[in-house]
Amino acid sequence: MRKWYRTFRTALRALRRNVMRSILTTLGIIIGVAAVIAMMEIGSGSSNAIQSTIASMGANNLLIMPGTAASGGVSFGAGSIMTLTPEDCDAIIRECPEVGTGAPVVRARTQVVYGSHNWVPLYIYGTTAQFLGVRDWTTMAEGEPFTDRDVRNGSKVCLLGRTLVRELFQNQSPIGKEVRVKNVSFKVVGVLAQKGANMMGMDQDDILLAPWTTIKYRVAGTSATTANQSAPSSTAAAGSVNSLNQLYPNSSVALYPAPSSTQAADTPLPVRFANVDQIMAAARNSEDMPVAIRQITVLLRERHRIRPGEPEDFTVRDMTEMTKALSSTSVLMTNLLLCVAAISLVVGGVGIMNIMLVSVTERTREIGLRMAVGARGRDILRQFLVEAVLLCLAGGAFGIVFGRLTSHLVSTLLHWPTALSVAAIVAAVLVSASVGIIFGFYPAWKASRLDPIDALRYE
Amino acid sequence: MHLIELHDICKTYHIGQLDVPVLKGITLTVDQGEMVALMGASGSGKTTLMNLLGCLDHPSSGEYRLDGTDISALTADGRALLRNSKIGFVFQTFNLLPRTSALDNVIMPLTYTTEDVSDREARQRATALLQQVGLGERMHHDPAQLSGGQQQRVAIARALVNRPSILFADEPTGNLDSHTSKEVLQMFQQLNRDAGITIILVTHDADVARHARRVIRISDGQIVDDAPVLETVEAAAPQPVAAPGPAMGGMS
Repeated sequence: MRKWYRTFRTALRALRRNVMRSILTTLGIIIGVAAVIAMMEIGSGSSNAIQSTIASMGANNLLIMPGTAASGGVSFGAGSIMTLTPEDCDAIIRECPEVGTGAPVVRARTQVVYGSHNWVPLYIYGTTAQFLGVRDWTTMAEGEPFTDRDVRNGSKVCLLGRTLVRELFQNQSPIGKEVRVKNVSFKVVGVLAQKGANMMGMDQDDILLAPWTTIKYRVAGTSATTANQSAPSSTAAAGSVNSLNQLYPNSSVALYPAPSSTQAADTPLPVRFANVDQIMAAARNSEDMPVAIRQITVLLRERHRIRPGEPEDFTVRDMTEMTKALSSTSVLMTNLLLCVAAISLVVGGVGIMNIMLVSVTERTREIGLRMAVGARGRDILRQFLVEAVLLCLAGGAFGIVFGRLTSHLVSTLLHWPTALSVAAIVAAVLVSASVGIIFGFYPAWKASRLDPIDALRYE
Repeated sequence: MHLIELHDICKTYHIGQLDVPVLKGITLTVDQGEMVALMGASGSGKTTLMNLLGCLDHPSSGEYRLDGTDISALTADGRALLRNSKIGFVFQTFNLLPRTSALDNVIMPLTYTTEDVSDREARQRATALLQQVGLGERMHHDPAQLSGGQQQRVAIARALVNRPSILFADEPTGNLDSHTSKEVLQMFQQLNRDAGITIILVTHDADVARHARRVIRISDGQIVDDAPVLETVEAAAPQPVAAPGPAMGGMS
């Protein structure tokens, strides 16, 4: 212990004997570590910014669709039976810890009329106020979003996307005006901020949002509006008039045997009074999507009383493509930063090695003297190694200060996003110590191998 | 038992294909408390012999016992420990650490000691030795602020800090003027006489050699003469070395 303390003191003294050289040597490491810290902080700031941008595109969104109905060999596609309820959505928000928020969605597709203008928006969604949180769309261009109370009451209020405002109101403020959707008047309470096209090129601003209760009970009447139109729909087809029935009496030909009453009793369609077309949920962060999916699956299986081994009557989908883009972006950023960090630290380390080699040559006589008075090779090795590590650690400490300062300056002067990276600081300290050991070892080893006689006579 | 026993020591350097014999069968004994001068022209092998005696090097053949220990069998680390505990060196070029105070220079060998010496004790020892060599007031000066004679005295204090039984001095007065040389040599004599430290002086200068009590002449790697000095130049008027004389400072 005392030996280490003395070695430490000797090394410190040797470094103090050449203050200028020590400072210049350390400069390499200081710049290296400062660059690493500044880069990591700026980088993780930008990475956070990019991630939140991608997240706002819906990368952390989960889509829960009801299951598939099949009748007589004809599958009706995803969402053709109604198994999801708004209560499912409430339960998901309440009981899945990895799910941040969620909203039920009832879809409709019909004409929206204001005055002499009409338009069929891409999306007419009946939902709750949480929908905006799920889609990361909480900024309103004008007005306020509707409330839970509006949802409870089935109020005839709606939010419009920018495209709809442009088409119906020629960019005039629509707040307080009334639009008609399938002969139901909706009072416009807010305009959504512009969001642009999604990854499929669909205009996301071409949207009308209203409480799901209103859409479901006053507009859609049925929620099967998006069901496969090629198959006879149990609810929608009933009252429709088909003038071609006589020409092509396809409904009278039974291609498949009708299910018997026993069969029907064996596979009852779960009928829920208030079902919704889909539930959208947002995971707390995009890395935990699989966990969120598992939690939702377990919860819904339980709620829908599905026995183990039986297929689910719903599907949970995530935005795999976007999640991939997100994670590859952050991996790319991290790797880029690591490369920069590695290069600058290696350069700093080589600088330390050079100076230590010079120092060994210059202090050959001192080494010879120390050996003559009884220093063993390993004492010399230890001394030079400790010197190198001290230089590197000092460089690391100053580097952290300068790096933090730089990132602070960058964020205050250039307004770039930066984020404190504790990992970078810990890594910088560890790396600078190991750089000291690795690059300090060769000169120290060289010094320890000197022959005391030659070293003493060295000119 | 003799302090130093050399039996038929040979040392051959290999330079390329060539074998260069430097020491050709040296047999020698030195007892505790002797003051010996090794004399010889340059190239005679006296420095090589001193390196062997000082355990800095090992012989090619022959047997060397120091205080009963067989040096030939020791590893480099073992020799380092032995040097630390039993041997002190004084060099022609002083070899003080630059920009390091006299006190720290003297303490330096204690860094490598295996004895249990506390920092406090190390300081006390070094201070006492510096006072003994007459540098009590200049302990915190750098070597650059000291004259040649003072530097050599710091070096002597450094050589003594581990309480060695043998002191090797390789041309200790080679870089000093005649007056300072005399003082340094008197200091050696006093150490030999009062503390009983065995001193081996390596020199080519007969005047320096006369300060010893026994002179061994080496020529061409062999001992040609080994005789006690008849008229030893003892300090004529023995003055205490601890009191720095007026002539000691201010020359280099």
